Amino acid sequence: MAKKNIRIRAKMKGDVAEVKALMSHPMETGLRKNKKTGKKIEAHFIKEVVCEHKGNKVIVASWGVAVSKNPYLSFKFKGAAKGDAIKVSWEDNKGESATADANIG
Amino acid sequence: MKRRTFLKGTVASGMLGVAASAGLLAPRMVLAAWPESAFAAKSIDDGLNALYSSASTTESGDIKIKAPDIAENGAVVPVTVSTGMAAESIAILIEKNPAPLACSYALGGSTEGFVSTRVKMGKTSDLIAVVKSGGKLHSAKKTVKVTIGGCGG
Repeated sequence: MAKKNIRIRAKMKGDVAEVKALMSHPMETGLRKNKKTGKKIEAHFIKEVVCEHKGNKVIVASWGVAVSKNPYLSFKFKGAAKGDAIKVSWEDNKGESATADANIG
Repeated sequence: MKRRTFLKGTVASGMLGVAASAGLLAPRMVLAAWPESAFAAKSIDDGLNALYSSASTTESGDIKIKAPDIAENGAVVPVTVSTGMAAESIAILIEKNPAPLACSYALGGSTEGFVSTRVKMGKTSDLIAVVKSGGKLHSAKKTVKVTIGGCGG
């Protein structure tokens, strides 16, 4: 199974916090075939990504299979300060999930 | 016996009341439930209807799509959508993909109208960004040429 890994980089730029997150996930579409067996490879993709800052949801991403493998997401929000903790979590179509925390630098 | 069932009923509804007041049944953020029908839709209009219950968008000059003119590898196409509008939601659709809706983002009140991500594109297609602001849908598009598709093995 893929490593459940989220790498987060968050930085203050003026009064706006810029967050970049990189997740490890195969993001399988369900349309590809295994070349040797000719069988379809089962769809396996992240459905929802949530980022929280002080308990508030800053962004809720709903993803389909068209998001690239090892997905990248970046967004900006106001009202944060240096050192604040943020939490990013995802859940995929097989019920697997991962969570990671980071501090805004 | 009747009295029993009556009691059971009141206990059950009482529990429900407690759960509701404790916030367990409080509605989550808009779009928080994964919109399955929107992602299964085969056309842009169907996708938008399922997602926003409307497919009428107005073209806006206030939405910027940053994406390559020519993508060498359709499996990884970086896309950045930004807008000056107070966006509640941003969606990215790819016209010629089997299911056009690639991703949608529900933004919190303090979140800027900006998202950046990477998507797969099967072939050369229009990339459409839809921004929901003030209850209305605004859109912008950009054509991206794909030399190697991202959906095949």
